[in-house]
Amino acid sequence: MSNPRELYQQVILEHNKKPRNFGKLESCTHHAEGHNPLCGDQLELSLIIENGQVQDIKFTGSGCAIDTASASLMTGAVKGKPVAEAEAMAEQFRGMVRGDLEPGAQTPLLGKLTLFSGVKDLPSRVKCAVLPWATLHAALKGEEEASTE
Amino acid sequence: MTTTLHPLDVSAIRKDFSLLSRDFHGKPVVYLDSAVSGQMPLVAIERMAKYEREEHTNVHRGVSTLSQEATDFYEAAREKVRKFIGAGSIKEIVWTRGTTEAINLVAQTYGRMHVKEGDEILLSAMEHHANIVPWQMLAQEKGATIKVIPMTDAGELILGSLDELLTARTKIVGVVHVSNVLGTVNPVKEIIAKAHAKGVPVLVDGAQAVPHLHVDVKDLDADFYAFSGHKLSGPTGIGVLYGKLAHLEAMPPWHGGGNMIRSVSWEKTTYIPAPGKFEAGTPPIAAAIGLGAAIDYLNNLGLDRIAAHEHELLVYATEKLSAIPGLRILGQAKEKASVISFVVEGIHPHDMGSLLDGEGVVVRAGHHCAQPVMARFNVPATTRASFAYFNTREDVDVLVSAVLKAIELFK
Ligand SMILES: Cc1ncc(COP(=O)(O)O)c(C=O)c1O
Repeated sequence: MSNPRELYQQVILEHNKKPRNFGKLESCTHHAEGHNPLCGDQLELSLIIENGQVQDIKFTGSGCAIDTASASLMTGAVKGKPVAEAEAMAEQFRGMVRGDLEPGAQTPLLGKLTLFSGVKDLPSRVKCAVLPWATLHAALKGEEEASTE
Repeated sequence: MTTTLHPLDVSAIRKDFSLLSRDFHGKPVVYLDSAVSGQMPLVAIERMAKYEREEHTNVHRGVSTLSQEATDFYEAAREKVRKFIGAGSIKEIVWTRGTTEAINLVAQTYGRMHVKEGDEILLSAMEHHANIVPWQMLAQEKGATIKVIPMTDAGELILGSLDELLTARTKIVGVVHVSNVLGTVNPVKEIIAKAHAKGVPVLVDGAQAVPHLHVDVKDLDADFYAFSGHKLSGPTGIGVLYGKLAHLEAMPPWHGGGNMIRSVSWEKTTYIPAPGKFEAGTPPIAAAIGLGAAIDYLNNLGLDRIAAHEHELLVYATEKLSAIPGLRILGQAKEKASVISFVVEGIHPHDMGSLLDGEGVVVRAGHHCAQPVMARFNVPATTRASFAYFNTREDVDVLVSAVLKAIELFK
């Protein structure tokens, strides 16, 4: 198993300290809350979706560095993207950190989000990285709550 | 004249624990997680293995020498437990799977008998979920309510509240002897005396107390006392419910099946007396024998010497950790066992846990199955280090430098 320390790369630490898209969109069209019962991580996503595109997205909540950085990077990555692409990214991200991608499978949509691939070696932290994506998935499906349980 | 305690020979003791010579991520393991589970000394592991290898059978079965021998070992372990906690009779020692099962047993038998609609169950603000949820389930079933003994910011129960909280409707009090989060050693003897003055029995959750303190259930006058083998340097799967004989005799059985009956017919089944009537089915025999061996081991080291050693580590670690800027220790009770929960500004306990893990330091990061305690202190989780008789000052130093390293990384 790799050293957990390797996960805490500069980008992740930096996004944890200064999360992007932090806050709440007042006139959102989509919204969901996510909980990670294990860590007590809590996340609230609000989105404005127009013409099948993620026009804007913000998050609030409190969580560990992995969760916060994942949310920060996720919001940046999906903003301006078509909903279908955001869904596909969520799929790839979850596959990557859970380690259940087919061998040799590519994650072309993820770009620098592949920073989180090391999480798969730390099973106890997978849920932290996935929480923002699970919450996004719930919001896009019109569900109010997501849980990593 | 005071006699000074001969200190523990920790370097010799450490040889009894193979885990301590492992490493994680290339760093020698520093095990500061005995509050999650105590490590088992080799003698106890070997005693269990010997049972499985040479003596394996079932207990209370038939006339074979083999079965008689196993029964004797198994019952001898019960006697060791009796003596260890100062109970009057082995009839008062019921084997369970652990603390959790022991408390459920009481809630489902004694509780069901006595708690009625409108009654109250009084618990402390620092209970483990094991001493909350079984009572909530009972309260829901019966239409009873749960009341809570509050605590101070230092993590001490406010005993002055008891006069008001103990009412004519209170049917049982549940209190943890040593908090698994805060380390607080609660004055259970005093709480029991106050409850008894109003005719209310008390169940004590002793899971974290037995590894650190001399427990004497008679002196405490506890009605019920529950603990787990695995926190006491024993194996998982075995635990103990102590109950005053008068209570146990009056309680109905819980699980039904073999081993707990006197006679069974289609018309009527009768039960054997306590503790047997609470022990349906084949018990974890090797685990019971292993726990007996673990108790022998602890007695050999000497509980007073263990307590003195752990106290010294507690004081040393408290001093070192308190000196770290931004670090806050939860639980500043005057009477504390060797458990330190802390939070560091700007670093989530799970990140701290992962980073300590990267340094070979095994601690618990989380809510410690005590979410109401987390809520009381307004934190999502804490990082917790717990110290046992095989830990050293060097272990504390490694912890402290690993914490400092994490803080540096998050700067
Ligand atoms: C205070 C306390 N009570 C109860 C328990 C539950 O013990 P077990 O899981 O062995 O039943 C624990 C263990 O985590 C504990 O620390």
